[in-house]
Amino acid sequence: MGKYQTFQYDVVVVGAGGAGLRAAIEASAQGAKTALVCKSLLGKAHTVMAEGGVAAALSNVDSRDDWKVHFRDTMKGGKFLNQWRMAQIHAQEAPSRVRELEEWGAVFDRTKDGRILQRNFGGHTYPRLAHVGDRTGLEIIRTLQDKGVHQGIDVHMECTIRKILKDGDRVAGCFGYQRESGRFVVFQSKAVVLATGGIGRCWEITSNSWEYTADGHAMAMWAGADLIDMEFIQFHPTGMVWPPSVKGTLITEGVRGEGGVLLNKDRKRFMFDNVPEMFRGEFAETEEEANRWVAAVVANKLPDARRPPELLTRDVVARAIRREVREGRGSPHGGVFLDIASRRSPSEIKKKLPSMYHQFKELADVDITKDPMEVGPTCHYMMGGVRVNPETQESTVPGLFAAGEVGGGMHGSNRLGGNSLSDLLVFGKRAGEFAAKCALQTSSFGSCDDDQIEVAARECLEPFDESHGENPYAVHEQLRTLMQHYVGIVRSQDDLKHALVEIEQLRQRAAKVKVGGNIQFNPGWHLAMDLSNMLDISEAVTKAALERTESRGGHTREDFPDSESEWGKMNLIVRQEGRDINVSRRPLEPMPAELQQLFNK
Amino acid sequence: MDEQVTLMIYRGDNVQGEMKEYKIPVAPGMVVLDAVHAVQATQAPDLAVRWNCKAGKCGSCGAEVNGRPRLLCMDRMDKYPAGEPIAVKPLKTFPVIKDLATNVSWNYDVNKKIPAFKMRDTKGEEPRFSQEEADRVQEFRKCIECFLCQNVCHVLREHDEKNTFGGPRFFVRTAGLEMHPLDDENRLDLLKDQMGLGYCNITKCCTEVCPESIAITDNAIIPLKERLVDQYYDPLRKLYRILFPAKKT
Ligand SMILES: Cc1cc2nc3c(=O)[nH]c(=O)nc-3n(C[C@H](O)[C@H](O)[C@H](O)COP(=O)(O)OP(=O)(O)OC[C@H]3O[C@@H](n4cnc5c(N)ncnc54)[C@H](O)[C@@H]3O)c2cc1C
Ligand code: SF4
Ligand code: SF4
Ligand code: FES
Repeated sequence: MGKYQTFQYDVVVVGAGGAGLRAAIEASAQGAKTALVCKSLLGKAHTVMAEGGVAAALSNVDSRDDWKVHFRDTMKGGKFLNQWRMAQIHAQEAPSRVRELEEWGAVFDRTKDGRILQRNFGGHTYPRLAHVGDRTGLEIIRTLQDKGVHQGIDVHMECTIRKILKDGDRVAGCFGYQRESGRFVVFQSKAVVLATGGIGRCWEITSNSWEYTADGHAMAMWAGADLIDMEFIQFHPTGMVWPPSVKGTLITEGVRGEGGVLLNKDRKRFMFDNVPEMFRGEFAETEEEANRWVAAVVANKLPDARRPPELLTRDVVARAIRREVREGRGSPHGGVFLDIASRRSPSEIKKKLPSMYHQFKELADVDITKDPMEVGPTCHYMMGGVRVNPETQESTVPGLFAAGEVGGGMHGSNRLGGNSLSDLLVFGKRAGEFAAKCALQTSSFGSCDDDQIEVAARECLEPFDESHGENPYAVHEQLRTLMQHYVGIVRSQDDLKHALVEIEQLRQRAAKVKVGGNIQFNPGWHLAMDLSNMLDISEAVTKAALERTESRGGHTREDFPDSESEWGKMNLIVRQEGRDINVSRRPLEPMPAELQQLFNK
Repeated sequence: MDEQVTLMIYRGDNVQGEMKEYKIPVAPGMVVLDAVHAVQATQAPDLAVRWNCKAGKCGSCGAEVNGRPRLLCMDRMDKYPAGEPIAVKPLKTFPVIKDLATNVSWNYDVNKKIPAFKMRDTKGEEPRFSQEEADRVQEFRKCIECFLCQNVCHVLREHDEKNTFGGPRFFVRTAGLEMHPLDDENRLDLLKDQMGLGYCNITKCCTEVCPESIAITDNAIIPLKERLVDQYYDPLRKLYRILFPAKKT
């Protein structure tokens, strides 16, 4: 071990987005010596890009809201596959976590009486998203960052973790490299919290950044942890579709929350024809009713109408858009229209959606206060992740915790907008708290034996082998195209089987990638290493998708278009056994009667 | 789409390097970051460049394009004259790590010196303030830490006063805390003694380059300077300060 730079901490948090920062703050507040490790510079994690808001039943805008309604919305949104206990804890604790941010200096938009303002979002019964215009994530990450740097947390920026190290069954630390120097580094620790975010870079059209290469998902699986719900990928209905440069870039759901409508090429609001059985009766049935709802919301009154169908859950809206396009009713560049210009005044649009205004003006030459946007689905969020204990966030590997997007179970088959930022805060805090407790109860460090480290180091350096010849960028592009077309919004048995064969072939090519240059700040090399994570997790997603012979939330099967009640009682677990990635079924924990009755109304 | 564009990109580190020429095909709506990525994917896999959001929200991709500080992800290729090469260099004010990536760690060190937000005592009541009060500080809190302002400020760029001067980014940050309706900390000594607010001679170069259109000089720096004058040079206030040293002005 002496060969590489080595650090010792009670707790190492891998990832410095909302979940990682909140975990590190908590772990350090509990007295644990804590490190925070991230691939980018501090403050640049995905969380910074979150736009619309953070969901919490503060009931500042509509007093009828409370945790029970939030819990119910979350479970319905997830089509009841969520771990109910996580959804319950989340709904109960989100308000305190948001208020705590205010105590740490966050400045949310205000109601007329000076409290935190909340906006409407898809799937949420009442206005529930605390927000700052359309840059909520920036406010949250900056607040946590500034809190964190004054708390004695050691931050290791631009450092990528590659492997969890184990001593027997439990976690002993982790291994990685400094991006700048290329040098390897070992963190010896009593607990590791994974907070690495998602896996969107496995798809061609995505709102996700280069960081979302499935690192945490893969490292957990390699370490022997269970993954859950891996078949469920959220395709956000509104990504940009033109020009090619910005294909996939997100347009916040806040546009629809502020009254924006979806139109096909015949200027028809097609969402009225797309209300699923489960939500029938909860949405406006005529444009007149939908308009009344918007008018009431704009006037800051309690609406006496039902909400517009544009605010259905994301899985429903994304599928509806895909259908319009497939059936020839799409916009010129293969999307549909999202129109806010005819609904709100230019000054309101600029005030409420400033970064959307800016983004379209600068990148697409569209003035959204005058013209509609062209939008289409984009791979956005991974519902599946590390299976954790709902109270402690500990995985099935002792000492290994997970929180945020890399965690699984909270959102079931589909996540509601705004429920991620709250998830990060609620479960980030819990992960930090229990990781610290776990570490402080552990008397000595596990041993990180040299063999494990040497194997990991050797694997990392393989792309410098002179006999290799594949271009890592080309292999990555092929994987993304494959996943887009064969493991996309709508899947079938044939497509999924085809994908598995191709993934295997890509794996063989990935083993032969070659990078030029040296180990210093070498993105080609970094990508070459990340191919293994992406291939293994792509396989996990594909296998789970093949197993689930029904359609539900973020998993739609052309050959099994309906939801089946038997499948509604079952989660899928992915686990690595030997070299094999295997899928098994796990019955849902029964919901206690007092929660069950919330759905009987 | 056969149209080609020529990029000149800095390749090297802080010690040595050169401008290298690359040709790539252009696509509609392309930004400079796309072009750099195209070079990376097809010709120079080890070309170092930072980015994350590709939508002007994270502040990772600052560099100098034809001599002007820009976010590469928001800089449209079609704004540059067709047929002429586009030169992309790393930010000058910070040491180059490799190619377009610079060492900006100094900024993180400055940030650490700024005392954290301290909530005033609301006597157990839910804190309340108006949207107008929020607006004033939200302007400062929009900052995406791209450090373009730090890059152009002559105190840092020409005079390298990194030990004595905090730079516009951190005046913005301090203003956001000092004008926060709920904050109860005083950072004026810090501004005067450690952040060198006095060195700023209001050239406004920082404001001109801010991609978030923060009025850095007018709304942050000048009001802070006025507060300093009030606190240190107004005789009555000075007396007050001696009598009640911990209070905020
Ligand atoms: C454009 C956009 C808008 C969104 N808007 C909203 C919204 O309005 N409301 C909402 O609730 N959700 C929203 N989301 C979703 C939400 O932002 C993300 O799910 C959430 O921020 C994820 O947070 P996280 O802390 O889990 O991970 P991230 O914030 O992504 O952080 C991951 C961290 O892990 C680090 N990391 C990853 N791999 C490694 C490794 N191998 N070694 C070391 N470090 C590593 C990264 O460097 C990073 O610091 C949005 C997402 C996007 C893309
Ligand atoms: S106005 Fe002040 S801070 Fe801004 S660039 Fe000029 S000298 Fe620097
Ligand atoms: S103030 Fe503006 S220019 Fe300076 S770092 Fe912030 S966003 Fe960038
Ligand atoms: S990549 Fe985020 S600002 Fe350019």
